[in-house]
Amino acid sequence: MAFIRYASILLVTFSLIAGIAIPLAQAPQSWLQFPSIPGLEEKARNIFFHVPTAWTTVVAFLVSMFYGLKYLRTKNIDDDLISVSSAGLGFLFCILATVTGALWAKFNWGSYWNWDPRQTSIFILLLIYGAYFALRSAVESDEKRGTLSAVYSIIAGLTVPFFVFVMPRMMSGLHPGAKGDLEGSGPVVEFKMSPNMLVVFFIALIGFNLLYIWMLNVRVRTGRLEYKQLHTEE
Amino acid sequence: MNAISSTYALVLKDFRSELRTRYAVNALIMFVVTAVAVIMFALREDHPGNDVLAGMFWVVVFFTGMSGLSRSFVSEEERGTSMTLQLVASSTVVYFGKLLFNVILTLAMVLAVTILYMLVFSGFVIETFSIFIVTVILGSLGLASAATIIAAIIAKANTRGTLYPVLSFPILIVLLMTVMSATSKALDGLELSAAYSDFVVLGSYCMVMTAGSWIFFDYVWKD
Amino acid sequence: MKNLRLTVTEVSKHFNRRRIFQDISFSLNCGESLSITGRNGSGKSTLVKIVAGVLSPTRGSVQFYRGENALVEDDVKHELGLVSPYLQLYDEFSATENMTILSSIRASQDSEPSYREHIFNQFNLWDRRNDLVRTFSSGMKQRLKYIFALYHKPSILILDEPTSNLDEEGINAVREVAEEFKKSSILIVATNDQSEASWCSRRIHLG
Repeated sequence: MAFIRYASILLVTFSLIAGIAIPLAQAPQSWLQFPSIPGLEEKARNIFFHVPTAWTTVVAFLVSMFYGLKYLRTKNIDDDLISVSSAGLGFLFCILATVTGALWAKFNWGSYWNWDPRQTSIFILLLIYGAYFALRSAVESDEKRGTLSAVYSIIAGLTVPFFVFVMPRMMSGLHPGAKGDLEGSGPVVEFKMSPNMLVVFFIALIGFNLLYIWMLNVRVRTGRLEYKQLHTEE
Repeated sequence: MNAISSTYALVLKDFRSELRTRYAVNALIMFVVTAVAVIMFALREDHPGNDVLAGMFWVVVFFTGMSGLSRSFVSEEERGTSMTLQLVASSTVVYFGKLLFNVILTLAMVLAVTILYMLVFSGFVIETFSIFIVTVILGSLGLASAATIIAAIIAKANTRGTLYPVLSFPILIVLLMTVMSATSKALDGLELSAAYSDFVVLGSYCMVMTAGSWIFFDYVWKD
Repeated sequence: MKNLRLTVTEVSKHFNRRRIFQDISFSLNCGESLSITGRNGSGKSTLVKIVAGVLSPTRGSVQFYRGENALVEDDVKHELGLVSPYLQLYDEFSATENMTILSSIRASQDSEPSYREHIFNQFNLWDRRNDLVRTFSSGMKQRLKYIFALYHKPSILILDEPTSNLDEEGINAVREVAEEFKKSSILIVATNDQSEASWCSRRIHLG
């Protein structure tokens, strides 16, 4: 875990610096220059932060759902702990993704929010996380809390394919990947990046994922200690 | 088959209970009338376009549903008859019984809203009846399906009132957007085929929601 | 003799990290009876609910058998009758309506009308059978719970606080039923009262 901790800090820092500092040029000469895409220019840097956070929030949600499912079968409170810890991190990354997305929207398309299908999807995810935590706070029994929130996250998870895959195809929008996009519609966006940009991008992606893993690990360990402390008081 | 007759008997019980006490029906009728009245006052002389009318239609349906569809489970919990029901019926019977009851309630609700809208808003003219009918049926099935499992969940929690819309809304957004788009097409007078993509989404949403709810219902219902 | 057996294996129940009871095991055949005793809060009602299948244990299992075959949840419904302070009936319906509605949901084999009249009389509610349960006193509601428990001729009778709210007549009726059940079927009684506990041949003490 120490390796992951250091690696994540290193990678995220590198991608932060590289993402912000490497200058743009019309026709890049050296490795230390990003191509300047007409229309995007400096704003393209957002891709190093927006996409990884959006990706991580989905990963966190899936992990939360997985451990929720596991909890339903094992009734082991530890599984519920991992599930809720991951959900909390997912919520955090979701807020980051929404904010970076809104900022990009403002600079590229004029307004912070336009109800484009992708933006709507991240908003729905935010609502699901909020509802998940509202539900948890309304249940007294530990066991029932874990069960109800696991089922809710699974039911909510069932609707995710709809708004990730289906809605973008149905609605036109500004975000890449919507109907009417010349690059083609669909969930995975073909974003043309030069090799050195791709390197920084993947470093950012891996870095954020490792950051998530490390944070999850810390939260779960803390949660376990809290649980033990309360448990031995009886 | 036993399970089918049990389910039918459960739906019948809920209806007979409703006839005696009239809790849900009163609340729903009052809510629909009030909601439509408020919208009427808000719009006054304005003639909203078809997409706005379609949107408002389902907004009223959604909120009316939120005020009435949780009763099927919450009343059992509140009155302590959940245990009684558990002793006589399996989880599957309970789920489908409550679901069926909510489906019928939702269809009645949508019918009421449709009639009111046609009376009150001159712009609400259903040009393509076939789109409207299919949308209403699929939309009601989907709405009832999501509303039922969420009702089962919140019945077991503490703060029931506000929690219900909070949990239901994110799940229902996809359904709402799709039915609004389809209803708008019905008002615009488009061909039936123009709404096929909407129907596919609605149909698959219904199936996924019902199947998923059924599979996990037992965990919610059994303590 | 109905060939029914109940096996409870290492049942434990925790609630919010507090242990209520642990590793309860017993087995009952037809003709056997068990009393569950313990002071208030020791978990008697909790154990009763777990055996009746309306609450899941934290660990362990409850299994019913007919001969060598384990009964599924659906079959157990027809064989089990429960009387509990936590049980409620629908007070917008009359006594008979409650019985007919609940049995049609349960979809058991219909018992003969004469049997049904008999148990209504046994618990002295025949005259009030068409009155709404809302109008019943607590004693009458308790007696109606017995009618509900016995309506489908179960082979297992579980009683939690059997005589609460009952007058002497009611208590006698309960004692009659208990006698019958412990001879040919399975009887479980959870109670604080020593005389009620003595109805049963075996005993588990909680807490």
